[in-house]
Amino acid sequence: MTIWILVGATIAGCYLQKLAGYLVPAHVLDGPRVRRLVELLPVALLAALVVVQLLANGRHLVLDGPRLTGFAVGALAVWRRAPFIVVVVAAGLTAGLLRLV
Amino acid sequence: MTSPQRSAVIRDSLGVGIAVGAYGFAFGAASVAAGLSVLQSCLLSLFAFTGGTQFAVVGVIAGGGGVGAALASGLLLGSRNTLYAMRLAPLLQVRGPRRLLAALGTIDESTAMAVGHADPRDARTAFWWTAGGVFVFWNLSTLIGALLGSLVDPTDFGLDAVVPAAFLALLAPRLRSGAVEKRVAFGGAAIAAVLVPFTPPGVPVLAATAALLLATDLRRVRR
Repeated sequence: MTIWILVGATIAGCYLQKLAGYLVPAHVLDGPRVRRLVELLPVALLAALVVVQLLANGRHLVLDGPRLTGFAVGALAVWRRAPFIVVVVAAGLTAGLLRLV
Repeated sequence: MTSPQRSAVIRDSLGVGIAVGAYGFAFGAASVAAGLSVLQSCLLSLFAFTGGTQFAVVGVIAGGGGVGAALASGLLLGSRNTLYAMRLAPLLQVRGPRRLLAALGTIDESTAMAVGHADPRDARTAFWWTAGGVFVFWNLSTLIGALLGSLVDPTDFGLDAVVPAAFLALLAPRLRSGAVEKRVAFGGAAIAAVLVPFTPPGVPVLAATAALLLATDLRRVRR
């Protein structure tokens, strides 16, 4: 049930965020400072998400060998500017195979 | 009506759509692994339709975070869509039902493809074809990813390594755009890592926004 609330609220929130941009007059939010802030916000959030998804298990920091190695291979692909599908397959395959052996 | 220029714009736009579809598999699988149903995952892709936010929401839930923290991270990440819409509004000149549809299609990719064109007609073509192409492939691949993810244990296929790599792929182009971006990213990552043992899941990601204080150029930008 709570997941349904989350799904509904995410859909409503995301859509209203988009629609709001078409409804408000352009000058309301469009200062260079706000624009820069909104540009940088995803940088902080995405970096935090990388770390949390990589290292956190609930409230514990864990170093999981296959996960770390898979991520490292994926990161190498990102660094080499590989297409996203290559990043995903490389990371997943590495971690998956390491768990098999 | 179909000029060579126009077909080139359409081809590029559809190419972006297909490429982005690959994220959809990862999202669908990550979403069911986090405990959402196939239907819930598909509804998010259909109507929230903004990849980074969707990933963040299911990521926080997968990590044991509460609904509030998941929603807050997602909406903070989605706030950029408001600015995209404000940039697109004068370009697209949409009213009524078309405006409601344009709002749904306002995402990173469609905005980037549209504002890249000097000619407003090309910009409109790029927007609608990119938004449409991404929409079709994103939703198809979400469905397939969610179905596959509910049949097998995604951890066997290294999904726990795929998700952080996916976030890194979303982050990388932003990191390449400047030193301030790198500082904010390292700051955000450090804050999150330090807070994991001390705060409920979901909070470290939200607290990472404090890294924006490291954006020294923000103080120099005049209002």
